[in-house]
Amino acid sequence: MVRMRAFEDQSVRAFRSGLAGGYLHVYTGMEATAIGWLSSRQPDDPIITAYRDHAHALYLGIDPVVCMAEIMGRAKGTSKGKGGSMHLYSADHHFYGGWGIVGGHTALGAGLGFAIKYKGGNQVAHCFLGDGAANAGVFFEVMNMASLWDLPVIFIIENNEFAMGTRLEFHAADPEMHKRAEGFNMHHERIDGMDVIDVRRDAQRIISNVRETSRPALIEVMNYRYAGHGAADNDQTLYRSQQEVELAWKRDPVHRLANLLTEQYGVNKQILEKIQREAEEEMEGVYDEAAASPKPEPDEVYSDVYTDMQPERGH
Amino acid sequence: MTTTYRDALRQAMVEEIERDENVFLIGEDIGRYQGTFRVTQGLFERFKQHRVLDTPISEPGIVGIATGAAMMGLRPIVEMMTMSFSILALDQIINHAAKIHYMSGGQFKVPIVIRGPGGAANQLSAQHSHSMEGWYAHVPGLKVVAPSTVEDAYGMLKTAVRDDNPVIFTENPGLYSLKGEIPDDKEFTLPFGKCAIRHEGSDITLVGYSRMTHVCAEAAEALDQDGVSAEVIDVRSLLPLDAETIFASVRKTNRALVVYEDWKSGGFGAEIAARIQESCFDYLDAPVGRVGGLNVPMPYARNLELMCIPNKEDVLAAARQLLA
Repeated sequence: MVRMRAFEDQSVRAFRSGLAGGYLHVYTGMEATAIGWLSSRQPDDPIITAYRDHAHALYLGIDPVVCMAEIMGRAKGTSKGKGGSMHLYSADHHFYGGWGIVGGHTALGAGLGFAIKYKGGNQVAHCFLGDGAANAGVFFEVMNMASLWDLPVIFIIENNEFAMGTRLEFHAADPEMHKRAEGFNMHHERIDGMDVIDVRRDAQRIISNVRETSRPALIEVMNYRYAGHGAADNDQTLYRSQQEVELAWKRDPVHRLANLLTEQYGVNKQILEKIQREAEEEMEGVYDEAAASPKPEPDEVYSDVYTDMQPERGH
Repeated sequence: MTTTYRDALRQAMVEEIERDENVFLIGEDIGRYQGTFRVTQGLFERFKQHRVLDTPISEPGIVGIATGAAMMGLRPIVEMMTMSFSILALDQIINHAAKIHYMSGGQFKVPIVIRGPGGAANQLSAQHSHSMEGWYAHVPGLKVVAPSTVEDAYGMLKTAVRDDNPVIFTENPGLYSLKGEIPDDKEFTLPFGKCAIRHEGSDITLVGYSRMTHVCAEAAEALDQDGVSAEVIDVRSLLPLDAETIFASVRKTNRALVVYEDWKSGGFGAEIAARIQESCFDYLDAPVGRVGGLNVPMPYARNLELMCIPNKEDVLAAARQLLA
């Protein structure tokens, strides 16, 4: 969690310094969800998420330099600099992206579950989405099909209480979004996403049940987004108060784990400070290495449009 | 053997399902109901639900699930009940399927075919008569084909299934009962990006695809009677486009008329006309002509509907103007 947060600090630094462009959405505050959940997966389970994707990519083991290089639009990035912050991928790590159209990728997530079932595999597809995405029409279509066809897929709503700048209470008729699975005869529940130990415990139980039954599930994980929606979201007073953010910091998953370790397990605070310092140093090094890496060659613009041909060249 | 366009499509799918266990069909009413245009007739009984899957009416969901499955190595053939319904799935096709290979830096492939009837059938009116091929041919990352003959339908569908990229395969409903020959060869495929010359000539080049190829051929025969020698180019594949064959013909005949069923304004024929003008300007003895569909929503009344779809007389009138 500390490494993720340090990485996000560096990604924001890249944005502020102009080395990263476009949109940048950081995961700060939500770390317990990705780690608690993904630490419970089987290594060959396919994972897919939306545009707030840095933490998932890092946890799955993608080299942080390669991730940062992608965010900076460099040749050694996960997508050779052609995807950007929102579109990290790694076939080797069973990471299917990295998607920018809110809700659109939930259909792909169901398709991953479809392929597992078609081939008779024992993996489970994990499809993360935001609370905003849970309002997209296609999500309802694929919940229906996932249940109708017994697809081994888990839809994990990372409910950080905001769809960009619109609060949950203003975008969801019933703020308990997990209940939407009820109409599709699908298992659903809401869990706390601010305690990594709790998330992991719940995830292990839920994932093993889906793997055994090949029945999909909709899980709503409650967490909180400390950062703005994107790096360009610089007036958060439009949708929340400073007091609310301060209150939410008291639930910070990193501090929560640190307190648990020091108070219940007697871990020396200096060890935690060392971990923190090492993570910051590591990610500063990641920033420097990515920033020093080359940009894509001009000819790269034409490659990968197709597997077997290039588009016509020139304007 | 002699067969129909519809049966040739089915034959191609049967052979590809039998050849590759990753190939399956997915779509609305394609199984138990036998397919709205009967292209998939008998396949559910033959291959069962595992390979021929009926779906809810959820076009974005169907295309998205097929796309996700393709990312994991399956090779879905999605039937759109009509290409007009693919409008619902544009986000999945354009924002997802067409972008994955590029956005992932080549890590993921999307071998998916989206096929179905495109263009006017018979009084299906404004919401079921769209020609969508020009919309899709605008999108890098997709391949778009529109076969006009029975042999092309068979050979190009097999190519589409074996292609590792998303392919839009449009079938004009007016062609389903067309008769023709297909070879007795399960490995027969036809490459994309190759025009076919359907009628050789030296005075004017008529360029069409799908059903309009036949309209152009009828016009060419009528022009023969006038002593005018027309060359008919069947584009077959819009993306990739074999522009060189079109250019070579125009450089020979010095006149070009592009014929397409889609709305005239902004349809794919406009792209072909622009390219001819860019590349063959010095060879042209007349402006590049276009005959397209009327720029109106498709009306229901048969006489009005027929007015909208270019026919032999429309092509002849435009050709004679260019030859005058």
